[in-house]
Amino acid sequence: MAVKSKSREQRVERRKQKAESGKFPAFLLPPSVGLSSAPRPSFLKATLAIVKKDLVAEFRSFELISAMLVFSLLIIIIFNFALELDIKTRQTVTAGVLWTTFAFAGTLGLNRSMAVEKDRGCMDGLLLAPVDRSVIYFGKAISNLAFMLIVEAIVLPVYAILYNEVRIFELSFIGVILLGSIGYIAVGTLLSAMSVQTRTRDVLLPILLFPIAIPVLLASVKASGGLLAGLEFSEIVTPLNILIVYDVIFIAVAFMVFDFVVEE
Amino acid sequence: MQSKPIALTILDIVSIIALVIATYLALVFAPTELVMGEVQRVFYFHVGTAWVALLGFILASLAGVTYLITKNMAWDRFEVAAVEVSTLFFFITICLGSIWARPAWNTWWTWDVRLTTAAITELIFIAYFMLRQGIEDPEKRARFGAVYTLLGGISAPITFMVIRLFRTIHPVVIGNPSAAQEGGFSMTPDMRTAFFFALFAFTVIFIDLIWHRLRLANLEDKVEQLKLKVSM
Repeated sequence: MAVKSKSREQRVERRKQKAESGKFPAFLLPPSVGLSSAPRPSFLKATLAIVKKDLVAEFRSFELISAMLVFSLLIIIIFNFALELDIKTRQTVTAGVLWTTFAFAGTLGLNRSMAVEKDRGCMDGLLLAPVDRSVIYFGKAISNLAFMLIVEAIVLPVYAILYNEVRIFELSFIGVILLGSIGYIAVGTLLSAMSVQTRTRDVLLPILLFPIAIPVLLASVKASGGLLAGLEFSEIVTPLNILIVYDVIFIAVAFMVFDFVVEE
Repeated sequence: MQSKPIALTILDIVSIIALVIATYLALVFAPTELVMGEVQRVFYFHVGTAWVALLGFILASLAGVTYLITKNMAWDRFEVAAVEVSTLFFFITICLGSIWARPAWNTWWTWDVRLTTAAITELIFIAYFMLRQGIEDPEKRARFGAVYTLLGGISAPITFMVIRLFRTIHPVVIGNPSAAQEGGFSMTPDMRTAFFFALFAFTVIFIDLIWHRLRLANLEDKVEQLKLKVSM
């Protein structure tokens, strides 16, 4: 008996050493060994794992992107008739129409992406993972950003074809779209993590998000409108600066407070 | 039953007297403004309520941060009290501003920097109440409330900067005498007296209301605990 237990101890010890060098899966070790000795995934690796999980799930079903896409196109059609988007009106309202569309479609995606985690108990699984909580925030934010950028990458060319707006393909315009989307998603991911935990979750996200996201939406409209009107780069530097400042501040704040939002 | 503290009763009386004096100073004592006439008297209460509303919002954001650090529910109660009182005062500010704007700018509302920022700030704090209403667990409610006031407190100044990219017509009365064409004016000594007294009066009323609201929150807590005791 004593011999057997000694050999088991040796076996576990050997496996522990292997696990530390990454040759043996740490979760197969008995709990008494202590998982803290197992190598923890790096911040970047863990974040990318969550992004990969979201993207794989999305590319199997396309339920989120397709909903956002169809919704965006419907909004543009409604704007077309509600605002009579003739060539003269378009000069002034194109940026506003596009950003309103992205903001509405964005809430749709943010709500859904967090609700999926909550409904099937995936959030609890993510929270149990031995990684920093902010990894979950960055993982979700990056995948939300990816969904939003994919939708924008389809809606913008469609808009360009429908209304003959070639300036949309300029690099500076794409940069503004990117900066605006980052800011919107940074706040949106944090607030959607909050809103899914409330009783009124289906209606709450836009009410929470829009007043906080107004600076990023207005600055994006101002900057992209200026680019579409063919203004000099120096004339849109102020809204661009505000976009960058907003992005940095809100990513930092979300990074700091996300722990409090998912705490149980 | 916890009886009302004497200091609070005294503060109640002081606030009522201060409000009466501030009303007298604004409506009778202060001279009539040359260009705008009687409607300018709205200004004293407009600035007074705006001052305490902003003070309350800043205090609420700070209380939220303090709550997240200390996890002491007293800070949460203070945060709710400050936001509630400030939301009310800010609404009064906006209404008074509209009353003044109608004759001065010939419109009830315009999408100027301060007006728009005020409207958005008011909406942020209405959303704050809707968020709190949707959460049952008091500890989680406090955490989410604190995070949201923090976000609101950061986003409001940025909103102000963004909207300044568009033109502003709101007069800057203090420290800017050149704004006369937009409805600005320089104050005479009597006007100054009325102005600063209004600020003082509303600060006293603000403290009084917050105190009442905190007392109410404490009593609510007590009722909740007693109910739990009875049901057990």
